[in-house]
Amino acid sequence: MDQYVGQDIEIVDVGMRYEGSEEYAVSDINVYIKPGEFFSFLGPSGCGKTTLLRLVSGFLEPTKGKVLIGGENMRGIGPNKRPTAMIFQNLALFPLMTVAENIGFGLEVRGVSRADRRKKAAELLELVDLPGVENKKVSDLSGGQMQRVAIARGLAVEPSVLLLDEPLSALDLKLRQHMRTELRNIQKRTGVTFIYITHDQGEALTMSDRIGVMSDSGTIEQIAAADELYNEPETVFVADFVGENNRFISTVRTANNGYAVVETSFGQQLTGINPQQLSSGQQAIAFVRPEAISVLEDSKAGENIIKCKVKSISFEGAFVTIFLDIGGNQAFFMRRHNNGSTPFPEIDSEIDICFGAHNTRLLGTGTK
Amino acid sequence: MKSSNIVLKVVTGSYLVLFFVYLFLPLVFMSVVAFNTSSIPQVTPWEGFTLKWFGKLFGDSQMWDGLINSLIVAFFVVIISVPIGLGASLLLTRLQFKARNGLYAILVSPILMPGIILGISTFLFWDKAFHISGGLWTAIMGQSTFISGYCMLLIMARAQRFDKTQEDAAFDLGATHRQVFWKITLPFLRPALISAAALAFMQSFENYNTTLFAIGFEQTLPIYIGSKLRAFISPAMNALACIFIALTIAGVFVYEVMRRSESFKKS
Amino acid sequence: MRKFRQDAMRSFGSFGITFIWVTVGSWLIFMILLPQLIMLDFSFRPFLPLRKIGGPEDIYTLKNYIVLFTNEFHRAIFIKTIWTSVLVTTVALFVCYPIAFYLAKVARGARFAWILMGLIIPYWINELLRIFAWQLILADAGVLNKLLLAIDIISNPINFRAGNSAVIMGMVYAYILFMVFPLYNAIESLDRNQIDAARDLGSSWLRIHRRIVIPYAKPGIAVGCIMTFMLAAGSIAAPQLLGSPSSFWFSQVIYTNFECANWNQGAAYAMVLAGLCLIFIFAMLKIFKVDLKELAK
Repeated sequence: MDQYVGQDIEIVDVGMRYEGSEEYAVSDINVYIKPGEFFSFLGPSGCGKTTLLRLVSGFLEPTKGKVLIGGENMRGIGPNKRPTAMIFQNLALFPLMTVAENIGFGLEVRGVSRADRRKKAAELLELVDLPGVENKKVSDLSGGQMQRVAIARGLAVEPSVLLLDEPLSALDLKLRQHMRTELRNIQKRTGVTFIYITHDQGEALTMSDRIGVMSDSGTIEQIAAADELYNEPETVFVADFVGENNRFISTVRTANNGYAVVETSFGQQLTGINPQQLSSGQQAIAFVRPEAISVLEDSKAGENIIKCKVKSISFEGAFVTIFLDIGGNQAFFMRRHNNGSTPFPEIDSEIDICFGAHNTRLLGTGTK
Repeated sequence: MKSSNIVLKVVTGSYLVLFFVYLFLPLVFMSVVAFNTSSIPQVTPWEGFTLKWFGKLFGDSQMWDGLINSLIVAFFVVIISVPIGLGASLLLTRLQFKARNGLYAILVSPILMPGIILGISTFLFWDKAFHISGGLWTAIMGQSTFISGYCMLLIMARAQRFDKTQEDAAFDLGATHRQVFWKITLPFLRPALISAAALAFMQSFENYNTTLFAIGFEQTLPIYIGSKLRAFISPAMNALACIFIALTIAGVFVYEVMRRSESFKKS
Repeated sequence: MRKFRQDAMRSFGSFGITFIWVTVGSWLIFMILLPQLIMLDFSFRPFLPLRKIGGPEDIYTLKNYIVLFTNEFHRAIFIKTIWTSVLVTTVALFVCYPIAFYLAKVARGARFAWILMGLIIPYWINELLRIFAWQLILADAGVLNKLLLAIDIISNPINFRAGNSAVIMGMVYAYILFMVFPLYNAIESLDRNQIDAARDLGSSWLRIHRRIVIPYAKPGIAVGCIMTFMLAAGSIAAPQLLGSPSSFWFSQVIYTNFECANWNQGAAYAMVLAGLCLIFIFAMLKIFKVDLKELAK
């Protein structure tokens, strides 16, 4: 697979405003994507991630800033001249061509001979684990097979960067999970830089080296590896969007040594990590993951203890989610493993729960 | 409930029978007359079986001239109307612009106007602006005016179902605009282009109203038929109608056989 | 405009743009707009001998249009053409609606294919010959008179061609498909479940058609009526072949004008006919509350 050379992508101060629109679809985008990296943009639908992908592929030109691929400024270079290949959301396979003709299309327009195109198609089908379907019609393939053909077609032009626009969204759940591993393997085998966009955090977290989370306003909130993104969200948006979280609106009382004590809107004092170094009197939201909460037992004590009443229990097999009432309209829930022996608390019973200060994350409500 | 169902079935059935009797009986009469010896075209009295009217038709050099002219005109109408229909359908389906609806209305208007008006205006225009008097060229122009509209509608119907990301994908894989057009867009539209060409040919071949006013002193087959039917009616025209009917039925039959063998191959 | 150019460039490239400009431009200018404008110009000029054209008498005038009101003969023919065309359209609508519905929602498989073929075959035979077939039926010694005489319903042949009845019958026959197919297209896309649901709720067949099918088929009805009316009002073959001097048609008046080289009068009447069709189109769109865009279906 030495014909593939992953290149780096530098997106510098990029902003994009569509003609006739007042607002920027994306703005202030600064990302450096390493050669051979699997990088995902994760965000809700309408956050501008497709716009960003089309800026990289060349279907759009940025209003501000620049895109560099392999150190070269891409302004004025059309999608047919960039070292990128795109995998479209609907795959956009050519229905009138066979599988081999689809894969060979990029070579055909470059004047590669028919024999060489067929050889290349066979090679690529081998690579995507789908050998021997060269002469099939596209419409005779299953969803997962079409996916592989689309990837093979993109790889046929030996791109340095493969751009994937939510290509798994049309597949059913099982196949989608299988294709995640598969995509990751293909990326590792070829070493091509992958830029993947999705609104599905499961996809982003499992496949990517790093993830850029985008918010509705078309800006990047945080760029980090999956575990860091989950454990150490830097903004309220990321803490809300990635994974599930309990959130308490509160005010900072005292702060020192990277920790702070806050008072929630219902008068509860909580201690938590203070990554933004908020100071006394500032508004903050305290985030606690449901799986970080446990029922208080006599033997151990936690930093944060809350008295509450069990509202309802939802049994999910491996997990149990317990919804708790702590007064007011405050939503609050915890999640624990179902080990098969520990009994569930009774509904309407009063319990004390606790969680550590290092599991409590205090983030300011202002942007960043 | 049951009895009303039977009534409904009887009513529907007899309506269908009547409808098709109405549609085909005139054609049957017309064909029968072609074989009657009587020199006045009539079904009865039956004076004897003959093929002489066919001989008379084939011996008429005007008929052959008209047929050849019709084929020439139809050929050029196809050559002109299909590209125009293609261009217009691409413009209207693929681009957004303010005057789109207005342009669309103007372009379909020739279809909604009586053919004689198109014939008159085409005749006057070429005579006045280029001093080209009525003939095959003006007939071609007059017919293409509205036949292009039919081609446009046919091609548009397919173009609207085109998935534009296919073009994006081809472009992204390194194709030039021209390659995208020839390798992706045009193959997708091909079935519509073929039916547009067939429709254009048929429409041109049987056009009477527009041609009558546009063509001046030349004759196409329908103009020849018209003048014959108005002057002295001879069963030779029935022979011609009979040939048309036979050709049509043969065409439908061949098409049906091809379609069946195609679907047979698939299954 | 800049966005339009960018989109055009992105979609078609310079080759495609040139192609579109040439095709659509020449169609629009040389085949649609300029011919109509020249005809309009002609219609406002007086009919003059060749040597006087361009002279002092060659000025714009409404004379050619006013003739329509002053010439009683022409006026009567014009009015007759209108109401007879409306009649043809109405008859065609009633004859065609059941077959269109049957084809779209009832017929299946082989029967559907047979009916479709049955509808298309007559359409492939030249309009003139289709009308000629009715000449054989309606002539004094035609099939119909022979039949009626034989079963003693009449004692003398009926002269169908004296009035308008022959022309009307011939037109309905010749233009039936232009009504069937728009209706079929409109009804075809109606979800069958709507009909079943109405029937399930106890609605009678008549009511299902009145409340569900017909409202849904409105665009098709409008298109069918527009096409049939236009073909009837502008028909020249049917009155030429089936008519008599007493059933002169407006298109024949126009033809006569051209035969005696009075292009100006002919152009004015052609404009009147065009105006009539335009009014009918807008009336249909208004009555059926249909948008022009839906006509293309």
